[in-house]
Amino acid sequence: MIFVQAIAWILDGGHWVGRAGAGNPAILQRLGETLGISVISVAIAVVIAVPLGVLIGHTGRGRLVAILASNVARALPTLGLLSILLLLIGINAVPIAIVLVLLGIPPMLAGAYAGVEAVNRDTIDAARAVGMTEWQIVVRVELPLAASLLVGGFRATVLQVIATTTVASAFAFGGFGIYLINGLAQNDFVQMLAGAILVTVLCLLIDGALAVVQRLVAPRAFPAARRIRLRRRRAAGHSGPRPSRGRGPSRKVCSHEEDLQRRDRGHRRDGGDRPDARRVRQLEEPERRRIGWR
Amino acid sequence: MDWGWIGRNLDLIGGRVLEHVALTAPPIVIGLVLSIPLGYWASRSRVARSILLVLGNIVYTIPAIALLVLVPVLLGGAILDPVNLVIALTLYALALMVRSAADAFAAVPHDVVSSATSIGYSAWQRFFAVELPLAGPVLLAGIRVVSVSTVSLASVGALTGIENLGSFFIDAFQRQFLTEALVGIVAVLVVAAVFDVVLQLLGRLLMPWNRRNRRAAENPALLRTPPIGGVA
Repeated sequence: MIFVQAIAWILDGGHWVGRAGAGNPAILQRLGETLGISVISVAIAVVIAVPLGVLIGHTGRGRLVAILASNVARALPTLGLLSILLLLIGINAVPIAIVLVLLGIPPMLAGAYAGVEAVNRDTIDAARAVGMTEWQIVVRVELPLAASLLVGGFRATVLQVIATTTVASAFAFGGFGIYLINGLAQNDFVQMLAGAILVTVLCLLIDGALAVVQRLVAPRAFPAARRIRLRRRRAAGHSGPRPSRGRGPSRKVCSHEEDLQRRDRGHRRDGGDRPDARRVRQLEEPERRRIGWR
Repeated sequence: MDWGWIGRNLDLIGGRVLEHVALTAPPIVIGLVLSIPLGYWASRSRVARSILLVLGNIVYTIPAIALLVLVPVLLGGAILDPVNLVIALTLYALALMVRSAADAFAAVPHDVVSSATSIGYSAWQRFFAVELPLAGPVLLAGIRVVSVSTVSLASVGALTGIENLGSFFIDAFQRQFLTEALVGIVAVLVVAAVFDVVLQLLGRLLMPWNRRNRRAAENPALLRTPPIGGVA
């Protein structure tokens, strides 16, 4: 029944507005505190980690740095890091933001470097072979293909930072963790549970939203290739979708069809060792197959 | 840095180290043991795999401090019981470990499994004599990652009054006493390092064949992108 009470506590409109004080949890203010410091910290972490991660992934050097960073972040207790920096720097938002940035960097770094590194080497070689500069390869080939893992790293960073703000509540920082700290001090378990529910819902909502974004930015090889092919065909003077052709590798058929059209319009691309296009077009399908023209 | 304080409080430090070990060893062991059947299941069925991974992801998304309160409410225990911390840490360990175990079993060469079947191994024999040993190195890599993060994560339990090495951080902050916080952080790192050494030694003992090509198996779990989630 404590669960029902906690839900009622959250749904109480009076608990949302106003300034935090005796008896007023001021959920909106706490939400603002959590999101405010999180946005700033995530932004700083992204600005530091993404270029570094892309550099590591692109050059293949310094991989150890990324792995080391995520191991250190895993091993260091958040609570300890917070207390030490607060004691060294002073009790204000700066040391908390520093800890949030420090803990937010490793997942973003890992996402950026893993994403870029996972790009097919052949694709990069092809980009280089058609004359792209290194910068163009990074911006136009690697980043789009790494987008999904980049967003994955971002997702982990955001959740790491928000989770850390709840711990920071123990050290004179507001945020949602405050309900757990205060609830414990006042033996008010309803408030504790309400705080836990609020944090959980916030994290799940943000995670869900970013999961959708991650899916949207994932490179879809086939549809993109299909779009490009259609565009080319249209540029070649073909209108409308290509008629369905049943089984077989349609791409090959398509490119030969393009050849046929080009020849119709007087282009001469091949050395002439192909069968005469106009004659072939008049043949029946089995006959075309026989001479190897698909 | 007040070295004298350390000397005067060796008993307290030792006691909290023991508390910390007592709170973190069970989740690591239970997480490993439970992840083996779950991971095996996930490596066999795509549906199971996606369900388990999504569940793990959701658990890993919930911050530790919130899970500490949600566990007793959902399971009907006392809210300040240290067992809650053990359960919460076990859930986090499972969330990480099931993925590792699924990868470990999926990486067992298919030919080897087929060969075992064709020379007459039963499903159980094949699992224990062929698949589990071959999945061992990856399982070890996974559990090492879980061990480090569990030891560090347990300190959050101090926020709900569960005494462990994390209590030093709260005390240090309240008394404005840096030494105590430094002692706490070093102690957490030392416990994590000791756990890691123990796991590696166990790995060598149980998988002596693995020593030569250890570099190849050198923690693939570390090279993978971290799971989505915060925990803190």
